[in-house]
Amino acid sequence: MRLGLILGEAGSGLRRNVSMVISVILVTFISLTFVGAAILLQMQIGQMKGYWYDRAQVAVYLCTDVDNTGNCTQAAATQEQIDNVEAQLNSPTLAPFIEKYEFETHDQAFANFQVQFADNPIAAFVTPGDLNESFRVNLVDPTNADVLIESLSGAAGVQDVQDQRGLLDQIFAILNAASYTAIGVAALMLVAAVLLIATTIRLSAFSRRRELGIMRLVGASNRFIQTPFILEGVFASLIGSLMAGGAILAIVQFFVQGYLSRTLGSTTTLVGVNDALVVVPVLIVVGAALAAASAGVAISRYLKV
Amino acid sequence: MIRFDSVSKAYPGTTRPALNTVSLEILKGEFVFLVGASGSGKSSFLRLILKEETPTKGEIHVLGQHLNSLSNRKVPYFRRNLGVVFQDFRLLPNKTVADNVAFTLQVIGKSRGFIQEAVPDALKMVGLAGKSNRFPHELSGGEQQRVAIARAVVNKPAILLADEPTGNLDPATSAGIMTLLERINLGGTTVLMATHDAGIVDQMQRRVIELISGQIVRDERQGGYQTQAIPVQGFGSFGAAADVSEVSK
Repeated sequence: MRLGLILGEAGSGLRRNVSMVISVILVTFISLTFVGAAILLQMQIGQMKGYWYDRAQVAVYLCTDVDNTGNCTQAAATQEQIDNVEAQLNSPTLAPFIEKYEFETHDQAFANFQVQFADNPIAAFVTPGDLNESFRVNLVDPTNADVLIESLSGAAGVQDVQDQRGLLDQIFAILNAASYTAIGVAALMLVAAVLLIATTIRLSAFSRRRELGIMRLVGASNRFIQTPFILEGVFASLIGSLMAGGAILAIVQFFVQGYLSRTLGSTTTLVGVNDALVVVPVLIVVGAALAAASAGVAISRYLKV
Repeated sequence: MIRFDSVSKAYPGTTRPALNTVSLEILKGEFVFLVGASGSGKSSFLRLILKEETPTKGEIHVLGQHLNSLSNRKVPYFRRNLGVVFQDFRLLPNKTVADNVAFTLQVIGKSRGFIQEAVPDALKMVGLAGKSNRFPHELSGGEQQRVAIARAVVNKPAILLADEPTGNLDPATSAGIMTLLERINLGGTTVLMATHDAGIVDQMQRRVIELISGQIVRDERQGGYQTQAIPVQGFGSFGAAADVSEVSK
């Protein structure tokens, strides 16, 4: 009986304020979609890190005839120098860190280069001799790359020791910036949503001030008075949250899994619907909690005895 | 039942207090008129009893509760023992007569069965048994006030506060309302009524408390609206009251 009455009150409040309720729904929808996108982007970064860091190698580039950077003096690394580097890789100090390593010859480097830069005019001017021979080292723990860099940078015939994670970090920095931007936009929108919910609830309370006055006069408990208003706010934002959840699922299903994965092919892993399903409850809880809090604060003015 | 000990109430930003060191006691079953000019503190007095305001100084006890220390959370439960009637009725225009009365019981969580029994009883008591499905705007002022009274007493409160309940009504209708309040009083409910209506006060011959500028200047048993007697302050000495009221007529 009381539950029915409370729900009825909340329902009539929603009907009376349709336009405000719709704006609450839309603002919550947009803001939570941004929140969801930011979370997904972070998940994507995490997945890419996991995927790429495992594949990231430390490249030990050896001198060519034209290099004079690093330890090179425009002389190609001699076989002795190459053997020396390889001996170091096999030495007891470095071996425990190394999972495996490969030697890339001039010709292999040239073949890879021709594939990677197939569309680039530069491919026509490069000869195998211009490209460095290199050791491609896979580490047991990719974060230990510094050990290799320190011990091999000084070796004769070594042009450079490069941790490929450094290249990836730039990409991740860009993605991170994008996700922080999304979070910033989301925060602003959430502030707007909270204020809008508070205004809506105040409006709703104002239009029911006669009832509220009588309720207070005859001794309705504060909980009884405030519950319909809180439900009203939560209901409106819940619809917005659900729409945001739907939007996130749709983005993952049709944009990420559909468009992006087709375009990028199998070069990287992308977030999937399973990840999106983790995000949806978060959005719903955030939306409902924010709405309940702001509606509760908004209505408390009417509860002062 | 209601006890004020040296109660003062000053609203923020005013120099003159609305109530100034008021002490009085109202006993169970009394019918008390509160008279005085506008701004003399009648409404503040009623609001203090309802704990819509807290006193600046002094102690208030109502129905065994010490209102000064009653927590906000308990105020609603305290108010369930009070009925209130206003000059402007304060009915809900979009609810029928019966729904207006039932609303009071619904919002304090009474069961459907209780409401179905109590509402017709209350409407019958105020003489509106046949009009339970009308809307307030379809009723006369007197009938609307009867609905408001039914709403105030449907939960069988121990105290009924009435703030100028006849202020908007013609004398004949007012008399009907007073008969009703008297009947409620006879049922054991303490009635405290603020009024400007001299005729009613003179005719009823009940206890009269007169306020001027926030102070009690008269407290008479069986008094009239005005008196030539020397004002009696505080409570306790009502000796001359009966004679005085005769004179004032």
